[in-house]
Amino acid sequence: MSNTLLQFNSLAQLGQALSARKLSATELAQDCLKQIQKQAALNAFVDVDAELTLAQARAADAALAAGTAGPLTGIPIAHKDLFVTQGWRSTAGSNMLKNYISPFDATVVRKLREAGCVSLGKLNCDEFAMGSGNEHSAFGPARNPWDLSAVPGGSSGASAAAVAAKLVMATTGTDTGGSVRQPAALCGVSGIKPTYGAVSRYGMIAYGSSLDQAGPLAANAADLVELLDTMSGFDPRDATSAEQCHGVANAPGRIRGAYQSANTHYAAQGAKPLKGLRIGVPREYFGDGLNNEVAQAVEAAIAQFEALGATRVDISLPRTQLSIPAYYVIAPAEASSNLSRYDGVRYGHRSESYTDLADMTARSRAEGFGPEVQRRILIGTYVLSHGYYDAYYLQAQRLRRMIADDFQAALTTQCDVIMGPVTPTVAAPIGHSQDDPTADWLADVYTLGLNLAGLPGMSIPCGFGRGAAGLQLPVGLQIIGNYFDEGRLLAIAHQYQQTTDWHQRIAGQA
Amino acid sequence: MALTDQEVVRIARLARLHLTEAQQAQAKTDLNKILGIIQTLQAVDTTGVEPLAHPLSAVTEVSLRLREDQVTEISSVEHRAALMANAPGSAQGLFLVPKVIE
Repeated sequence: MSNTLLQFNSLAQLGQALSARKLSATELAQDCLKQIQKQAALNAFVDVDAELTLAQARAADAALAAGTAGPLTGIPIAHKDLFVTQGWRSTAGSNMLKNYISPFDATVVRKLREAGCVSLGKLNCDEFAMGSGNEHSAFGPARNPWDLSAVPGGSSGASAAAVAAKLVMATTGTDTGGSVRQPAALCGVSGIKPTYGAVSRYGMIAYGSSLDQAGPLAANAADLVELLDTMSGFDPRDATSAEQCHGVANAPGRIRGAYQSANTHYAAQGAKPLKGLRIGVPREYFGDGLNNEVAQAVEAAIAQFEALGATRVDISLPRTQLSIPAYYVIAPAEASSNLSRYDGVRYGHRSESYTDLADMTARSRAEGFGPEVQRRILIGTYVLSHGYYDAYYLQAQRLRRMIADDFQAALTTQCDVIMGPVTPTVAAPIGHSQDDPTADWLADVYTLGLNLAGLPGMSIPCGFGRGAAGLQLPVGLQIIGNYFDEGRLLAIAHQYQQTTDWHQRIAGQA
Repeated sequence: MALTDQEVVRIARLARLHLTEAQQAQAKTDLNKILGIIQTLQAVDTTGVEPLAHPLSAVTEVSLRLREDQVTEISSVEHRAALMANAPGSAQGLFLVPKVIE
């Protein structure tokens, strides 16, 4: 049976077919459930429940029939298993939470459900979002639809793979150090990490709380607009949720409005829609370690933006390399604190044999957490411990300010957006970093700075490069904006996608 | 400066992780490798730079909200049971743990 979703290039197109009742949300959901089974080799889903999905689909069909449907009604989506969900299990890719059932929905999950999206279930990810290849999952690695022997990226690996394989139209992901942008790049889909505080973290299982943000993944930038607009908004249940974004209320309509007004402005400029847009290209993003084919694809994309009227500006982000040590102090420190809640008492795994309470907690944690999570907890505990706190943690926080200041200097005086690669290479083979736990860390160099600064950024497909198995694998272009500039970023990406077709390439049919 | 075996034992105890001897040896190797990466930040002169904890405070005044001191959750035996359904051991609305006081 063929995949129905292959007939639709965009959410809008699918939405039209649903409102015209050419197909029902229920038929579509049933088809998606079959595709998930058919493409089980991707190991994309960790929990599927046909009953729950079909109940949401029937509700969508009722709304479509009653004329109360919105633009997302009936759209098949799936959630990274870092968001807690009522009904489906919420595991964070960990044995610690293997059987955990949440008593509530994450705010992001609730908002998308209330907008009429039909959830197909929960997506594989690196355990507690710690990883860059979806290999550190208690449920085994997810795979890249362009090459099943390659990683899909991480930590939202299956979120990108599921969109690339057209198992669903869109997914949710989370990005602490690149975990939406990097898998989007490696699987050839579009993804955005919004400004810190734009999307509620309530019900998103915590990793590094001052860095974590949720964002959507879909085939193209225009699709991301409605999803992100729906997901975002002030939430009193998240202490760091933004009430205002530069004087505009953090509420639905903010991102869609900014996107539409940017596009209106671009349309008025005729053949050079992006005239006046200054693109900063950091020279530190094109140094040693960047693969030639990735560099060429990114350069070609920037040239295309110039053809659309934009101006290229050479900029410097001098502390780019230092974002690696700063991030790998701050994120593990926050992780060691956040993950102290898993004590084997209130929820999560409890060891079967222990001597006393302390031993029960220590054994439960050692059995429940995988090796990468334990490494990060240990390093985080160390940098926060007496005698090392100033030298590591505070020093990293000072460096964090310097990195944020570098971005501000560029974005307020030299350029409007920043562009560069997302990753130094295309997707690596599964198992490539088995012997060196830190090998993947160094490849995060282009994505970490953004999270440290709290800025929004996205990845869109911009070409291909040869992978280790000889297959052509996707390359992503990173577009970084200033705080709360998500709408304009999406409009800029949309202008590019109007004149290129990288985002329409389908895995297995390139 | 590399971590010693004693330091690894101390960190694992602070982190409440029960490591076998083999795991301790592996942790020492891994942590020393990681320290090699993160130690590079100590060469940076950060004199006079304020630590940045909340990213948006780089550009704007951020004050973290406190919520009103009000009961917002449902208070019922059923709701308590739902919240405790994931507990590895519970009885009569209490979490069960090994005996702490003899």
